[in-house]
Amino acid sequence: MAFLTNFYAFLFYFAACVLVAGLARKIIQYALTPAPLKIPTTPAPTTQRGVVLRMMREVVLFESLFRGNKWTWIFGWMFHFGLFLVTLRHLRYFIDPVWFPIQLVQPFGIYGGIAMVVGLAGLWARRFLVDRVKYITSTSDHLILGLLVAIGCTGLLMKFVFHVDVVEIKTFFLGLYSYDIQPLPADPLLLLHLLLVALLMIIFPYSKLLHMPGLFFSPTRNQVDNPREQRHIAPWASKLEQR
Amino acid sequence: MAKATFKVPDLTQYTEVPAIQPGAMAHSQPFIAKAEFQEPLGYPGELVENWQERAIEKMGELLGKYRSLRVYMDACVKCGACTDKCHYFLGTADPKNMPVGRQDLMRKVYRRYFTLAGKLFPKLVGAEDFTKEVLDDWYSYFHQCSQCRRCSVFCPYGIDTAEISMAAREIMDAIGVGQKYCNEIIGKVYKVGNNLGLPGPALIDTLEGLEEDVYDDTGVRVRYPIDQEGAEILLVTPSADFFAEPHVDGLIGYGKVFHEAGISWTLSTHASEAANFGMFIGSYENMHRVAQRIREAAIKLKVKRIVFGECGHAWRVAYSFLNTLAGPWDFLDPRYPVPQHICEFTYELIQQGKLKFDKSENDDKVLTYHDSCNVARASRMGNVPGGQFEIPRAIIRATCNNFYDMDEDTIRDRTFCCGGGGGLLTDDLMELRVKGAKPRLDALNNVIQEKGVTHMAAICAICKTQFSKVFPYYGLEMDQIISLHQLVGDAIVLTPGPEDDEPDDDDDDD
Ligand code: HEM
Ligand code: SF4
Ligand code: SF4
Repeated sequence: MAFLTNFYAFLFYFAACVLVAGLARKIIQYALTPAPLKIPTTPAPTTQRGVVLRMMREVVLFESLFRGNKWTWIFGWMFHFGLFLVTLRHLRYFIDPVWFPIQLVQPFGIYGGIAMVVGLAGLWARRFLVDRVKYITSTSDHLILGLLVAIGCTGLLMKFVFHVDVVEIKTFFLGLYSYDIQPLPADPLLLLHLLLVALLMIIFPYSKLLHMPGLFFSPTRNQVDNPREQRHIAPWASKLEQR
Repeated sequence: MAKATFKVPDLTQYTEVPAIQPGAMAHSQPFIAKAEFQEPLGYPGELVENWQERAIEKMGELLGKYRSLRVYMDACVKCGACTDKCHYFLGTADPKNMPVGRQDLMRKVYRRYFTLAGKLFPKLVGAEDFTKEVLDDWYSYFHQCSQCRRCSVFCPYGIDTAEISMAAREIMDAIGVGQKYCNEIIGKVYKVGNNLGLPGPALIDTLEGLEEDVYDDTGVRVRYPIDQEGAEILLVTPSADFFAEPHVDGLIGYGKVFHEAGISWTLSTHASEAANFGMFIGSYENMHRVAQRIREAAIKLKVKRIVFGECGHAWRVAYSFLNTLAGPWDFLDPRYPVPQHICEFTYELIQQGKLKFDKSENDDKVLTYHDSCNVARASRMGNVPGGQFEIPRAIIRATCNNFYDMDEDTIRDRTFCCGGGGGLLTDDLMELRVKGAKPRLDALNNVIQEKGVTHMAAICAICKTQFSKVFPYYGLEMDQIISLHQLVGDAIVLTPGPEDDEPDDDDDDD
């Protein structure tokens, strides 16, 4: 019992460190790598404000994907929006008192969980049914989908079938903030759910999940279309100029 | 007539997405550059001994220099949105011609050498050593990408396979595996000043011939000056414009526009090429060196403005990169953007009512317009986004009575590449070029059938050359592709100058 609690406490400290340090390393690397040429995919906004709007449309609506493939968009957006609601709902385990908006979002979080699993199922089906998508799929793509489906399903099972003591869980996580290790309920479903979540946090900075920070650094999406008005030059490139 | 050693695809009403055929285009490779074409560009003449090590080292260098490459290697989620967007995949069905399939050729090497997951679990994440077979695939398939950026439009992260193809070509050049077509051409620019290797005297000769032709045709003396110091405008145009139909009709058109504008202009023997093949091989250094010639010519000829002729990738380098590569342009007239596109120039005159057209001159044609990929997705014209679509169309409408657009899904930023861009416009890649043209020709064929279109106008030297070459494979005539400024030149009403009455005693002043 105490072993399990200690193990999970350690696991989450470790996973949080890997996630934060790994992501920070990647983000710093992206930020420090110069983009020597202006390469926005045009038509592109001609102002910084326009770029912010373009990026928001990409993040919130998946605009390009919408133009690219409607099925993938439907399932992909369902999954991500579901995941977003679920994440908001889960905040109640990590803050005390629970902010009012988070209280409001609670019921929607459950629909989010269902949407997430349905979306993932659709995305996964594509990997078997569409020959082109099947061709580009590697084992890791299946594993990540499997991981997320498993997280979603264990979560929904706890909500609808095998209830767990959420108060104790909250005490456990709040305790972690002050290195005060509180007992975690030894419910197998919960333990599996948490194990998978920790795994997701650990692989995040080492997998294709880097698409999340990546999008914000994509020069074809985040550059202003103003090359004639403003000279753009990278430090390494200016060394070539001998005048 | 074109005789094919491969099966030319049948045109279909809508371009269908084919079932994948792995390996269908594995045999397609351009000729390798010999040492004589490699060395002037600063590359080894043949495959170097420790090529694997050198390639990985070069890849590391590029990952540090280009954020695009770095982010794109990591970010792809294999969503598949790009898989049916590339004209080469649609025309060949080879899955390595799906943009993500092409990227993965590099990504698997990247993962193996540069990521933790690929070092620890290569099988799991599809990582692979950089073997001779992989290099072979690189040479094949990174020369089956015309860097048209259609994939980047639909990718949720804007992953641009062109960036990856460019990097791959640069890595291959660095280990001595260059492509003959591109590298030979860049060498010609360094030696002679243009891609076709046309020396100064030949250019002067051609232009004198043009002046006579136009005079015979119209009775008006339109000048086609070259190396004229003190002219207001330096015109930089693809060398194909000096050389052959349908390009040269565009050049004739530019001259007539300048004539009517009453603005002095000049070409340059030193910068007699708008295209910059340094981009195709992903080499910033070579691109920089080629671009410097334009700066040098502008300074030497003391011009105040720079205008570019019709060329797609050239306009990308000009619009998006020239300020970076050869700027700042503080010695030019600040009232005008540097550089300007000839279409922007012509359009502005039309707006000001300075050009008169007799549209009926083009009544023998029913037109459609091909958005060249790099103009559409990598540049702009005018001062609002999308001007690159509207300005050429506005010019066509001002000069022609009969114009129909092709299917919306195949124009503007969703346009299909002609199939010959990005350094692939060479006879050793004919099969690829013919098959890659299919999506564009499907849409063209549709408007031919439904609207009676007879001609397609374009503003890119590569497009024009490619279409005149591949049209016959599909049963069209090679002269159904024309320069946009041919339409302008044919419809424009010229104002006779004072010397036009006595054509005989007109001395050329140099
Ligand atoms: C800024 C936030 C994010 C944006 C804009 C974003 C966007 C996208 C888009 C457009 C796709 C492609 C469509 C699809 O397959 O669903 C995708 C795929 C994916 N995303 Fe995200 N995402 C974000 C955050 C996340 C997070 C936090 C996770 C998870 C833990 C995640 C997990 C995934 C997975 C697993 C896929 C691949 C689905 C498949 O294999 O088919 N994403 N994302
Ligand atoms: S840039 Fe164009 S040619 Fe290259 S992969 Fe993308 S769509 Fe295909
Ligand atoms: S659209 Fe972008 S993210 Fe999706 S498979 Fe293609 S390159 Fe990868």
